[in-house]
Amino acid sequence: MIVSKKDLPNFLDKLISEYQVFAPVRKDTFTVFKQICSGKDAVLAAGNTKLPVKELFFPQSEKLYSYSVTEAGAKLEATLDDQQKIVFGVRPCDAKSLVLLDHVFNNDKYQDPYYLTRRENTILVGIGCNSPASTCFCTSVNGGPFDTNGLDILLVDTGDAYVVEVVSDKGKALAEKAGFAAASDADQAAAAKAKEDAVVTCQVNLDGLKAKLDVNFYDPIWDKIHEKCLGCGACTYLCPTCHCFDIVDDAVDCNGCRVRNWDSCAFPLFTLHGSGHNPRTSNKERYRNRIMHKFKYFVDNNNEIACVGCGRCIKNCPVNMDIRVVLEDVRGSEARLDS
Amino acid sequence: MQKLAAQIKDAAKKLLEDKKVDLVVGFAEGSLPLRGTPLFARTPEEAEKLTWSRGCENNLANYLRKREGKVAVVAKGCDARSIVALVKENQINRDNLYIIGVPCTGMIDRKKVEKLLEGREVLAIEDIGDAVVLKGKDFSETVALADLMHNSCLDCRYGNPVLYDELVGELLPEKGEDDFAEIKAFEAKTTAERRAYLAQEFSKCIRCYACRNACPVCYCTECFVDCTTPEWIGKSAADVQDNILFQAVRVFHSAGRCADCGACERACPMGINLRLLTRKLVKDVKELFNAEAGVNLDDKAALASFTADDPEPFLVKE
Ligand code: SF4
Ligand code: SF4
Ligand code: SF4
Ligand code: SF4
Ligand code: SF4
Repeated sequence: MIVSKKDLPNFLDKLISEYQVFAPVRKDTFTVFKQICSGKDAVLAAGNTKLPVKELFFPQSEKLYSYSVTEAGAKLEATLDDQQKIVFGVRPCDAKSLVLLDHVFNNDKYQDPYYLTRRENTILVGIGCNSPASTCFCTSVNGGPFDTNGLDILLVDTGDAYVVEVVSDKGKALAEKAGFAAASDADQAAAAKAKEDAVVTCQVNLDGLKAKLDVNFYDPIWDKIHEKCLGCGACTYLCPTCHCFDIVDDAVDCNGCRVRNWDSCAFPLFTLHGSGHNPRTSNKERYRNRIMHKFKYFVDNNNEIACVGCGRCIKNCPVNMDIRVVLEDVRGSEARLDS
Repeated sequence: MQKLAAQIKDAAKKLLEDKKVDLVVGFAEGSLPLRGTPLFARTPEEAEKLTWSRGCENNLANYLRKREGKVAVVAKGCDARSIVALVKENQINRDNLYIIGVPCTGMIDRKKVEKLLEGREVLAIEDIGDAVVLKGKDFSETVALADLMHNSCLDCRYGNPVLYDELVGELLPEKGEDDFAEIKAFEAKTTAERRAYLAQEFSKCIRCYACRNACPVCYCTECFVDCTTPEWIGKSAADVQDNILFQAVRVFHSAGRCADCGACERACPMGINLRLLTRKLVKDVKELFNAEAGVNLDDKAALASFTADDPEPFLVKE
């Protein structure tokens, strides 16, 4: 199937009457996912959004419930966001990040109703990356610029049109409803060519990394690696797979809300116990945790690396702490199996 | 620039070889086009990596507080001012610090590059003196340096380090007074306009605290935003008022101590105009106290001193 770029705004406008439609929109020098009221506002050509797509499913600040306590007792009120949504223009790395987050918010021990309700009611329409950025390394972490993992539909930009690839049943239903025209052989060939031409130039060698992380918790390399890191939240907040949160009460007297906020292992408050003890006392332990969690603990628990190679942390770190360099330093460090 | 880089390297290697210092904090070449990245060199071999370019934008004074042992630092103008401010606050022991001063003509603002290229990715930046060449996949554009420099560099009057033990390069001619034109223009707006602008700007804030953490004079063991008992400020980034409150308190806490280095604004991943607030305070401190942070070791910090003939009578009780 195919939809011409000219017809796309109309197509989106039709969807808007039925669904909440989210798409990348321009904000200053970057783009962010926002609910759009007009198909014209969607910006698909600008590469990855500043903030990852996770914020639509796991918002930075989310009211879990509100409460009030009176003499008559306590009252709780929780609302689940079950709006029918379409997220349009998701890049394959971001789509994959949701598959990874599913492990966290939907597993044997715990199913998060807030996240899951949104996931269940959302259709993801992705867009392949014809020109991956120099900081993209999706192909090194089991992804790719036209990977369909996590998507319902993938669009392939062929110049004047998008070739529509249906991935899931949800996607199929949407495509049928939209009544896209059939793609000709020439269109299919153009899509295949676009895929072929999209080269991810950056490769990160992860061979042996996990084996090293399995044993190097006490390695002196961690004393050096973190040194320039400021311990801010830029890399974790902008990372599509980071998912730590903190729960606080926003309350005045007996009325308030329980709110879930993003947290970051880079912060000193992260894992600070009520007793005042903190198992991660300095930036060294915190930075080590970031690497360990993504490339060891998550792998141990879910058999997947918790990094999709989107490059956001690389582009946004204020001191150019580049995760590719860090991984190479760790990998290249002498194995200290005794440590 | 290359000459400066070589001189810095030589100076650092000598200090380490002669065991005059245990550590040199400087810049290495980073992983992105024209990007310097902080380097901690403890051996002459590690010092080989030191460099200098228009991408050495971080304020290294931030890494010098409460250091053990003898440390050398590569300091451009704003780093040196922050160092002076921190020496006065007993955060840095001057006797244990060796300053390799580098006169600075300005650093390049990556966000300005991004804005100019409108989505095209820059793959290399070549410094050709008073202009730079931005190169990408299908383009090459020459842009005047002044158009890409950090605003803080355009406003800076202290490119020459105010304090150093050794200088590499040549001292630069002095610049005229700062006119704070953009702050005056903002002050001239109505309250409603100012409020609207700030609300718009701080709706972008994600409360990552990169601004706070990049600032050399923001070093409280517990920041008021992190404190939970009592909770001085809401923790959620969805509340623009709280985002503004965070900044308002931050800039008041650094009033009279802020050297207008711009490190906070450079660090902000969301491109928020933080210097509008920090510079308002820089301007006020200059007007009200005739003081500038970190310009010499002798002046008392503006808000940490008082005189008996202070025009505000509340300080001195008869
Ligand atoms: S790696 Fe960079 S972005 Fe991440 S916490 Fe450290 S300084 Fe901040
Ligand atoms: S760690 Fe960095 S590159 Fe990997 S997914 Fe997170 S932001 Fe993207
Ligand atoms: S890397 Fe840190 S912030 Fe990200 S998910 Fe892991 S522990 Fe949480
Ligand atoms: S507030 Fe900003 S400009 Fe002022 S000293 Fe701190 S980082 Fe520099
Ligand atoms: S660096 Fe920017 S986004 Fe982060 S807390 Fe500061 S103002 Fe907000």
